[in-house]
Amino acid sequence: MTRIGNKFLNLKKDKEKALVPFFFAGDPDLKTTYQLVLAAERAGADIIELGIPYSDPLADGPVNQAASARALKNGIRLKDIFSLVEDIRKVSNIPIAFLLYFNCIMQYGMTRFLSDCVSAGVDGLVIPDLPYEERERYKPVFAQYNVDIIPLVTPASKERIKKIVADSGGFVYCVTSSGVTGVRRSFGTDFAAFMRDVAQFTDTPKVLGFGISTPEQVAELKEHAEGVIVGSAIVALMANSNPANLIGDFSGFVALLKSALR
Amino acid sequence: MNRKGYFGDYGGMFVPETLMHSLHELEDAYEASKQDETFQQQKDYYLKEYAGRETPLYYAEEMTKALGGGKVYLKREDLNHTGSHKLNNVIGQMLLAKKMNKTRIIAETGAGMHGVATATVAALFGMKCEVYMGREDVERQGLNVFRMRLLGADVHPVKTGTATLKDATSEAIRDWAANYQDTYYVIGSVVGPHPYPQMVRDFQSVIGRETKRQMLEKEGRLPEYLIACVGGGSNAMGLFYPFAGDADVRMFGVEAAGLGIDTPMHAAAVAKGSPGVLHGMLSYFLQDGDGQILPVHSISAGLDYPGVGPEHAYFHDSKRAAYVAVTDDEAVEAFKFLSRTEGIIPALESAHAVAYAMKMVPGTEKGDIIVVNISGRGDKDVEIVARHMGVDLK
Repeated sequence: MTRIGNKFLNLKKDKEKALVPFFFAGDPDLKTTYQLVLAAERAGADIIELGIPYSDPLADGPVNQAASARALKNGIRLKDIFSLVEDIRKVSNIPIAFLLYFNCIMQYGMTRFLSDCVSAGVDGLVIPDLPYEERERYKPVFAQYNVDIIPLVTPASKERIKKIVADSGGFVYCVTSSGVTGVRRSFGTDFAAFMRDVAQFTDTPKVLGFGISTPEQVAELKEHAEGVIVGSAIVALMANSNPANLIGDFSGFVALLKSALR
Repeated sequence: MNRKGYFGDYGGMFVPETLMHSLHELEDAYEASKQDETFQQQKDYYLKEYAGRETPLYYAEEMTKALGGGKVYLKREDLNHTGSHKLNNVIGQMLLAKKMNKTRIIAETGAGMHGVATATVAALFGMKCEVYMGREDVERQGLNVFRMRLLGADVHPVKTGTATLKDATSEAIRDWAANYQDTYYVIGSVVGPHPYPQMVRDFQSVIGRETKRQMLEKEGRLPEYLIACVGGGSNAMGLFYPFAGDADVRMFGVEAAGLGIDTPMHAAAVAKGSPGVLHGMLSYFLQDGDGQILPVHSISAGLDYPGVGPEHAYFHDSKRAAYVAVTDDEAVEAFKFLSRTEGIIPALESAHAVAYAMKMVPGTEKGDIIVVNISGRGDKDVEIVARHMGVDLK
């Protein structure tokens, strides 16, 4: 079991729900990312989802695209992000998942990538452009490493849910609504029914994400899942924050989100 | 094809989960349309009566004389309504969209020819149409942008990334993920997730089927060589595919070498790329060691794409087709050459195929037959070529 699995066991014992903040490694630079991860942990975050900057992020809206582009402009490489995680692991055990597009793994080399995840201390992977039809082929390789492959289900997945969540690890990423990442005012999804559909096929913790941006939304959605992911709202806050206040603004927002979960 | 949706090792469906349901729905509708006689009749009706097919397979006698090798035939896809081969595919997909009760149409476009073809049929069918186009292409293909708007389409300039075809495609995919319930995404080339590469190839195969029949009528035999330009590769695959089983017919796909394939300024994905994943497909892409897609360049907006359709990747690996590249300068020379020798102004994309013919044909035997696909007409490119030649049109 990875740190993610252990975290959910502890949360369950304490009757708590997971707050999973998302932001990009290297936005605006790796030193800041290091500080943000530790600040998030102090502010009550349970798991960190780190975006790996990519040139063509198909599942992302404008806010995340811009953040990705900012990080890439600084010449960030995957190997630097692994070093970042190694540095974090010297001082923190907070579970870390990467969100990255499949081509990054493929070009880095799948076995090299997975073994670097294990040795650096990356616990899980969210790969938005690897649906189960394609994942099937790589399953034997994934299975050799203690890294959770976190599947995504959407309200449109319906009859696909069973296959998607089979052998899921860490958590199931439940996408709130159609479309790409980005702040939404409302979701238009019947969450009770959606989550019941997912729960029918797996005991893996379910975490809601995509468009969740305010403490009010967090409070509204918490009854439906074991946790929530807040991404674009954090990324936008970082983009708009005065660099001198960034860590403070960020920590304050994370703390607000966590208190909304309680 | 061994695994479903694959051509050898290439193809697949590498898209966000949100789109998987829509892709399966599209696949089912497409498979059903193959057996649907009404659908096939409608498609044939529009291809004949609206697009103006069949297009001539024209013996280019002057070009043949000028090059001094085998006999050159030009497949005149530029004579289709809207000025390129793009309409062949759009008619098929738009009929499918209607059948699937979709009310909103989206498309990506590079040079604008696919966007114009889509806007055209959307106007005819009374459907709402939105086209994504890279801002750089909006600027260099202003004529086509205005044509699309005249036809009633909304053109959205895409400013992200390299602001060209690649980014327009990404933006169209994002739109589809958000609006799949009422929206049909008309992809313009043999790219994207399954079933698009296969479906677009099938709709474009009318080019090769006609060529084969026309060649048998005119010459009583098949040609030795087929030449077509390759961006995503739809005109090339449309010409090649019906000849795939004819082992003696050699095929050449011509990529854009831009300023030269040994510079960073080219779009030759097969020549200089490697297998990777983008836009839902596993194929050849120009990329770095971390999988970041590299910026590409071609004077031709339609070839300015960092990858190639998966079936071309398969044809390359299996050596069924050869992939070569010609530079911007060579394409412009060919653009001028065909205009002067045959009185045909080709699209800059098609000029790449002509340029390779100019290199290759002098080395062929007198008795050889070469077919060059003129995938589109060059009106849209006149301004760019003038600029390239240092001529001020103002």
